[in-house]
Amino acid sequence: MTDKTTSSDLTKAPDLDATPIGITTPAGGEATEARSLASDAWRELRQRPLFWVSLAIIAVFVLMAIFPQLFTRLDPTDADLAKGSDPPSFTWNGAWFGYDLQGYDIYARTIYGARASILVGVFATILTSLLGVLIGTFAAYAGGWVDSLMMRVTDIFFAIPFLLGGILFMTTFANDANTGYFVIVGKVVLVLAILGWPSIARLMRGSVLQVKPNDYVQAARALGASPWRIIRSHILPNAMAPVLIVSMINLGAYISAEASLSFLGIGLTPPAISWGVAISDSLVYIRTAPHMLIFPSIFLSLTVLGFIMLGDVVRDAFDPKTR
Amino acid sequence: MTTTTQSRADAKAAAAHAAYQPVDGRLLDVENLHVHFHTSDGVAKAINGVSFHLDQGESLAILGESGSGKSVTAQAIMGILDVPPAKIPEGHIRYCGQDLLAMPEEQRRKTRGPEISMIFQDALSSLNPVFPVGWQIAEMFREHRGLNKSDALAQAVRLMERVSIPGAKARVKAYPHQFSGGMRQRIMIAMAIALDPAILIADEPTTALDVTVQAQIMSLLQELQQERKMGLILITHDLGVVADVADRIAVMYAGRLIETADVYTGYANPAHPYTKGLLDSLPRLDQKGQTLAAIPGLPPNLLKMPPGCAFHPRCPLARERCREERPELVEVRPGRFAACHYTEEVLHA
Repeated sequence: MTDKTTSSDLTKAPDLDATPIGITTPAGGEATEARSLASDAWRELRQRPLFWVSLAIIAVFVLMAIFPQLFTRLDPTDADLAKGSDPPSFTWNGAWFGYDLQGYDIYARTIYGARASILVGVFATILTSLLGVLIGTFAAYAGGWVDSLMMRVTDIFFAIPFLLGGILFMTTFANDANTGYFVIVGKVVLVLAILGWPSIARLMRGSVLQVKPNDYVQAARALGASPWRIIRSHILPNAMAPVLIVSMINLGAYISAEASLSFLGIGLTPPAISWGVAISDSLVYIRTAPHMLIFPSIFLSLTVLGFIMLGDVVRDAFDPKTR
Repeated sequence: MTTTTQSRADAKAAAAHAAYQPVDGRLLDVENLHVHFHTSDGVAKAINGVSFHLDQGESLAILGESGSGKSVTAQAIMGILDVPPAKIPEGHIRYCGQDLLAMPEEQRRKTRGPEISMIFQDALSSLNPVFPVGWQIAEMFREHRGLNKSDALAQAVRLMERVSIPGAKARVKAYPHQFSGGMRQRIMIAMAIALDPAILIADEPTTALDVTVQAQIMSLLQELQQERKMGLILITHDLGVVADVADRIAVMYAGRLIETADVYTGYANPAHPYTKGLLDSLPRLDQKGQTLAAIPGLPPNLLKMPPGCAFHPRCPLARERCREERPELVEVRPGRFAACHYTEEVLHA
């Protein structure tokens, strides 16, 4: 869902920006929305340079993930052993990022590596949010022993150390040479979701507990709304904001988590192209061929930075206290 | 187009009400209702054996101060008490002869809105902030009557016009925060009467509003009640507000009814010292400059109810008997009930 927000923001951004700032036309559906929390946040956001910077970074990397061909004409699986570990050459037709140990063009590898990171980040976020929201909402709405039970289960998952859990899962369901790209990515997404949902569930539970005693929820009950409708129309729309924001920040964290697992050799594995794998492979040669390490690292850091920055800036915009 | 929309809506409305028909004009019969709250400090007995009834087209005012159990009574009738901590160990609430407490939850839920409906104290927070008001009213028709979006919205506009919201058509898409408190209470009323309920419970409908708006809302409620022959239960601590609207009053103290009477005799000649105290504590123009009479003390702690009459620690007439023996609600005059050992003294004071 975070992915959806981001991409729709991207497509909407130019024309929305064209409308005069802070002016709302009287009457009419869209214009009256202009004073809601979301639109206040939007007005705040579009004045923040950090918002546009992070959005631009994310846009570039998302584009890179979907259409890597736009950024390079080279094939990332083309290896020329003769060029192994060649340093960057800054001529017009040269390899700007140099070659890695196998003679792959590092620029092409790094461009194609974006897909794995973005895929893992986006899907891990969607899955953790879905699980967390579902469990958190249900626990808070049901209350009583159901709540206690579900929160204890959440605590158990919360207590699993991230790396240990990741290593356990990935070594139990290890990849081999024949494992397909999407299966590999799927496994990493799954392990991130299994270890990541408790924090979202807790957050959502707290948020629902805050919304639930509100008069409009009581009023809806008194007017005969079914539990499902109360949750869907009254609780979720009023309780989702914190989760959406934290999920956005988490997206960056999941990308770096994927890199950590790949670095340990248990996340994504070749033939999948990934920044984590590239960093892991080049670490040994850090003194002789530092370019093999530096470029994928920069890309990874930039992507994570982009998402965390966006989450931060959106959180500030949605929090009236920071204004 | 409007006529077909209207007839479709009306047909569905008629079908919806067929299941419940009042018995001899009697809509609601509350019998020996008890509500307990299980807290960590013990069991708070919020309601201890309350019985009353409501007839078609009648308005009953339930009076009492904070903590007397009036709101809990309303919530028990609606079935929106949180269970736990609340528990109804005893009692019956019969609507058109059918015991609501014995109904399966799903069947009971379907009575909320089309049969019994409620408006709340704080209109400012009773509307969902994230949806337009028209959408929220239309939701009632979509949920209970299965109307489609445009039919439901047309009905919403009609209702907003009925509760006198100026420019209803233009404002149907506006959000709750764009309305004033009085307008929001009108919208809440529109939602509550949307499905033509037989009973409307208004839980302190004017407490959060300023005085001029209070009068408007009360007269709107009265108008709607007479127009639709609804039974109205008004819950309030404000004796002035109900004087014009109510037919009967029921006074609650510490989870019990202590007096019921028709509004004129009840106000003119109270039969219980507590009612008398309440009436005496109303500021009156002809007594300007004098000290306002107040009832000394505080309502009892529900966890530690005093023995005997719950009002005795604050009662000017309290004697030994009041400390030991709890007075029952008995008929002291034809149609008038009071729970006091010394009713005659109060009546003749």
